[in-house]
Amino acid sequence: MREIINKATRDSFGETVTKLAEANPDILVLDADLAEATKTVIFKNKYPERFFNAGIAEANMIGVAAGLATCGKVPFAASFAMFSAGRAFEQVRNSVGYPHLNVKVVGTHASISVGEDGATHQCNEDIALMRTIPGMVVLNPADHYETEAAVKAAAEYAGPVYLRLGRLAVESFNNSEDYKFELGKGITLREGKDIAIIATGLMVAEALKAAEALAAQGIDARVINIHTIKPLDEELIIKAAKETGRIITVEEHNIIGGLGEAVAGVLSEKCPTPLKRVGVRDVYGHSGPAKDLLHEFGLDAEGIEKAVKEFV
Amino acid sequence: MTEQEMKDLRLRAAKIRLGIIRGVFAAKSGHPGGSLGTAELLAYLYFREMNIDPLNPKDPNRDRFVLSKGHCAPALYAALAERGYFAESEMDSLRHIDSFLQGHPDMKGTPGVDMSTGSLGQGVSAACGMALAGKLDGKDYRVYALLGDGESEEGEVWEAAMFAAHKNLDNFTLIIDVNGLQIDGFTKDVCGPEPLDSKMAAFGFHVIEIDGHDLGEIDAAFKEARAVKGKPTAIIARTTKGRGVSFMENQAGWHGKAPNAEEFEIAMQELNKALENLEVQ
Repeated sequence: MREIINKATRDSFGETVTKLAEANPDILVLDADLAEATKTVIFKNKYPERFFNAGIAEANMIGVAAGLATCGKVPFAASFAMFSAGRAFEQVRNSVGYPHLNVKVVGTHASISVGEDGATHQCNEDIALMRTIPGMVVLNPADHYETEAAVKAAAEYAGPVYLRLGRLAVESFNNSEDYKFELGKGITLREGKDIAIIATGLMVAEALKAAEALAAQGIDARVINIHTIKPLDEELIIKAAKETGRIITVEEHNIIGGLGEAVAGVLSEKCPTPLKRVGVRDVYGHSGPAKDLLHEFGLDAEGIEKAVKEFV
Repeated sequence: MTEQEMKDLRLRAAKIRLGIIRGVFAAKSGHPGGSLGTAELLAYLYFREMNIDPLNPKDPNRDRFVLSKGHCAPALYAALAERGYFAESEMDSLRHIDSFLQGHPDMKGTPGVDMSTGSLGQGVSAACGMALAGKLDGKDYRVYALLGDGESEEGEVWEAAMFAAHKNLDNFTLIIDVNGLQIDGFTKDVCGPEPLDSKMAAFGFHVIEIDGHDLGEIDAAFKEARAVKGKPTAIIARTTKGRGVSFMENQAGWHGKAPNAEEFEIAMQELNKALENLEVQ
């Protein structure tokens, strides 16, 4: 087993993109005046000549990244999810997605675990926005080790990728030496026959804790980690639906347009199965400590446990 | 530039205009007004200024051109066809359902198109990225972007301008096609993007103002831009929207509409006559 690491996925991203840059001179990083927060500062310190600050101008940052990609570069363009995926959505759609350019759009500080900054900075819409772009790969890693693997996969994949990252530290659970990240493949972290909890990002660790608590109460919950929201691992989801008969999705995102609706889409077309979506229920967040907000929105182990019990 | 070279470029511009009207008529839609106004600029870029090879359109060392005002695709396609990237007859397929000539430029489908554009303001940013890549790789290629004056109302243009100057992209030349018109009327009545010269200068560009139909002035401007070091250049080219077709000139209504059969005949007659006049000169 590898060491348990308690770290925010944005930190793991900053370290990994810096490591990868050594072997791949085409990797560049752009930021929009948030390098300290997105952790691209780690790259900036090591490769100042390959780091470009676009200033507080996300639309241009994405366009510049697109132009760099036409010349064979592999740009990672980072900001808060609200701005890289939200504010610059149309640039990502038209300048990156449409020509299928090799740009990695990075959105840190996703959703309500931003905490005190409040609703304007708590992006609950980025997954929805990014997954509607044809050809866009959408990654939402759950812990340190998965982020390392996801950043590597994004760099190796020739095409546009959206990488969603969190502000909050999360204790690693993909600690096994055998851990394997495959783009587009979900991971069954825990077997179970009564219900399948399909979670993504920060919610995966909470889902695992919830499953432990449920087991003690006689509910055998399967836990599936969907680190790649697009392309979605339909096979694994359908298998879980057939074997457990009940699906609950958990995401730190609006229930509209996110993982829950992606899973619902697959199941309603291919294997209709009772489904419940746990997420931000079409409201804005607000200021407060991240952990308290997650609790309020039912996005912690306790909330997931409660949702499962109401559903089975 | 010799008189003969100048004459050759005038002929190219005349042929680009014919290609524009041919394409827009075949498409039964599109943007003839702005396209016609850019003919001399595109003729100069594609037949004099840019280091390009139609047989090797992806050459990493080539100069790049980004049509930020992507709706003037008919002009770009006509220039590319004239330069030999594809057959002139392809202009008849413009905007058709099975054509590689999309309503707005698609770099994946059309040989010679360096960037997909159409959503205004975005091409300038992409051009900055290309220029930055050239600097990083120590290549000496140059990057050109053509922006509309109406398009300069997009905020992204100014984000990109700030970036280009701050990163000292002297291999980047921004050409602003100032025809004073946009869909809803005169630019001065819609939202007033002028004065563009002092704005560009304030953003850190070397600014050159020219008559965008005068090939002598165009020639001098691009030569001057090449000599500028440490900052990007903006060539503010005053043009006449609809230039070359009498009833389209300076009419906002011809921004985005195709001529009917009768109008097409008149336009082609006028453009062919202009071409003949140039040929006998």
